[in-house]
Amino acid sequence: MVYEVTINGHVKRVELSRQNGGGWLCSLEGREVLLDVQVINPDVVSIVYEGKSFEARKDYSSAVHRIWIQGESYAAEVNDPRSFSGRKKRAGQEDGPRRLTAPMPGKIVRVLLEEASEVEAGQGIMVIEAMKMQNEIKSPKNGRIQKIQAQAGTSVNAGDLLAIVE
Amino acid sequence: MKPFVFVPHLHGRAVKIKPVACKRQNFNKILISNRGEIAVRIIRACREMGISPVAVYSEADRTALHVRKADEAYAIGPAAASGSYLNMDRILDAAKKSGAEAIHPGYGFLSENEKFAQACADAGIKFIGPTPHSMQQMGSKTQARLSMERAGVPIVPGTSTAVRSSAEAVTIAVKIGYPIMLKAAAGGGGKGMRLVNETKDLESALQSAQSEALRAFGDDSVYIEKAIINPRHIEVQILADEHGNTLYLGERECSIQRRHQKVIEEAPSPFVDDEMRRRMGETAVLAAKASGYTNAGTIEFLADANKNFYFLEMNTRLQVEHPVTEFVTGLDLVHWQIRIAQGEKLPFAQKDVQLRGHAIECRVYAEDPENNFFPSPGIITKLGEPSGPGIRVDSGVYEGWKVPIDYDPLLAKLIGFGTDRQQAAAKLRRALDEYFVGGIKTNLALFKQILDDPRFIEGNLSTAFLNNYPKPPEPTGNIESATIAAALFAAIHPSANGNGVSPQSKPNETSSSAPSSSWKRSARREALQ
Repeated sequence: MVYEVTINGHVKRVELSRQNGGGWLCSLEGREVLLDVQVINPDVVSIVYEGKSFEARKDYSSAVHRIWIQGESYAAEVNDPRSFSGRKKRAGQEDGPRRLTAPMPGKIVRVLLEEASEVEAGQGIMVIEAMKMQNEIKSPKNGRIQKIQAQAGTSVNAGDLLAIVE
Repeated sequence: MKPFVFVPHLHGRAVKIKPVACKRQNFNKILISNRGEIAVRIIRACREMGISPVAVYSEADRTALHVRKADEAYAIGPAAASGSYLNMDRILDAAKKSGAEAIHPGYGFLSENEKFAQACADAGIKFIGPTPHSMQQMGSKTQARLSMERAGVPIVPGTSTAVRSSAEAVTIAVKIGYPIMLKAAAGGGGKGMRLVNETKDLESALQSAQSEALRAFGDDSVYIEKAIINPRHIEVQILADEHGNTLYLGERECSIQRRHQKVIEEAPSPFVDDEMRRRMGETAVLAAKASGYTNAGTIEFLADANKNFYFLEMNTRLQVEHPVTEFVTGLDLVHWQIRIAQGEKLPFAQKDVQLRGHAIECRVYAEDPENNFFPSPGIITKLGEPSGPGIRVDSGVYEGWKVPIDYDPLLAKLIGFGTDRQQAAAKLRRALDEYFVGGIKTNLALFKQILDDPRFIEGNLSTAFLNNYPKPPEPTGNIESATIAAALFAAIHPSANGNGVSPQSKPNETSSSAPSSSWKRSARREALQ
């Protein structure tokens, strides 16, 4: 099996094949190592190779998948290079309208700016209350408020559109 | 032979405790009018003392840990705290139904509400805390300032009454000079608090402080204090029995804060020497005695670089960060709260209180450090809590539980104890690497960053420590291992790699097979090979 693995932005090609007797032969950038792998539970594996021992845990419960090793967390993406479906489209648009969405479920307490008003990066647009704390939703850029979607007093869910800054 | 009870101390010395014969009422049952980690912590103390713990819970908390651990539990209303954990009638009803002789209020909620303490007294139930009178004196921050001023305790310049209008606020702010701090008179926990640097920001800050105060405490009174720049936040724990004995149990430094919420606390403070400790302790005892204070309480001070300190407020309850004091004094504060409420005299004197070692606490919150520390409620899919020498975890959560959105996002407290500050930090740092919370975001990475920060290591702390704090650096030590592990997880559980990618070289099945059971598939494959 061949995988293209991206860890914190570093892309590497990994080839794995299962050996008789339970180990895995791993080819990583032309280097071949024999891995002794024990599955501790569906999320945790213990790996021993070349005298090195470590435990890895996966946490794929949010959009960015993470691999944890010794308390450190690494953003991980695994693709089969022969499959096109696994390719992720990169969305890095800094220009153009930016959608502000609710980062958590909560209640809109106040809307500080009106549609069409000018806004500076870091300026508060509205105040949302969740878990007893009031937090300002701030503009990610200098620009103009194209749309205010949320109204004071209403509840919102995580991901709901609050405003668009252009 | 006279019996002695010893509080064992980890470093050989002990606080010698002589039992004192006096009129006392032993509790058989205590109701805990709180939730989360503190309710669990009090339940544990009750069990240790042979007392039956009674829980109360809102509709959001039926499956909460404190309900699971109690002997009895009573539903007291809806998820919103105003209808449940702040609902005095429902809580007193539960106390009467259960036959509890006392109520422990924990921290937050009704813990500093003198009306509740009075209602308990009227119902013949012992409130584990100070009297309504001293709560009322100390509970209103403006009134506390007045009485401290009279008792000769140093206070920060500002108003000792609530401001009535934004125009009045501007006049006062200009008079004492910016920057100023707006504070909720009934406040605590950083709620209803705003730093204001100039007049143009004052009106909106006042409005939001007032509305936050109203929501959190049912009282929108806000007062003004001169802001002391980059101060240290140092507080003194006191313990007072109902027979006139008041002792100080050393200090805690809680300078590392975000948005006026404490993040890391430690005891003793790396800044305080013996002489300053004695001065602060005696001032704290003076402050407590001025209000006739009984039970456990904390006097908070702001300290400047010249070791001047000013009274900030008194917390008339158990503090979140009480475990660091427990470690360095060897005293169990919840046990002593209960024993004092039972009428016991403190059987040791100030000279018997010796500090040993060093303890540091991290407040583990459900919040997202990568997204401006917004709260991150949700289901805890995986939980691995640390343990081992010198580590204490006071947790209110468990694996599979959904953290509700209705309450404070504190999940647990992680405390490390060592012979000195460096060893305590090393134990804590090790434990942080063992700690895993899956499914929701937490601030665990922030603690690792702080413990590795040279300013923290030197003990160079201030309340500005976390201002403009950088994001945690990307780890680099285990990239190769992580790469191998990610590929292995994909190979072991093909459909669980999350990208919808099925490696095409799997034996014994086709890529169009139903995705019904990858567990069965991989189990079958592993069995075959």
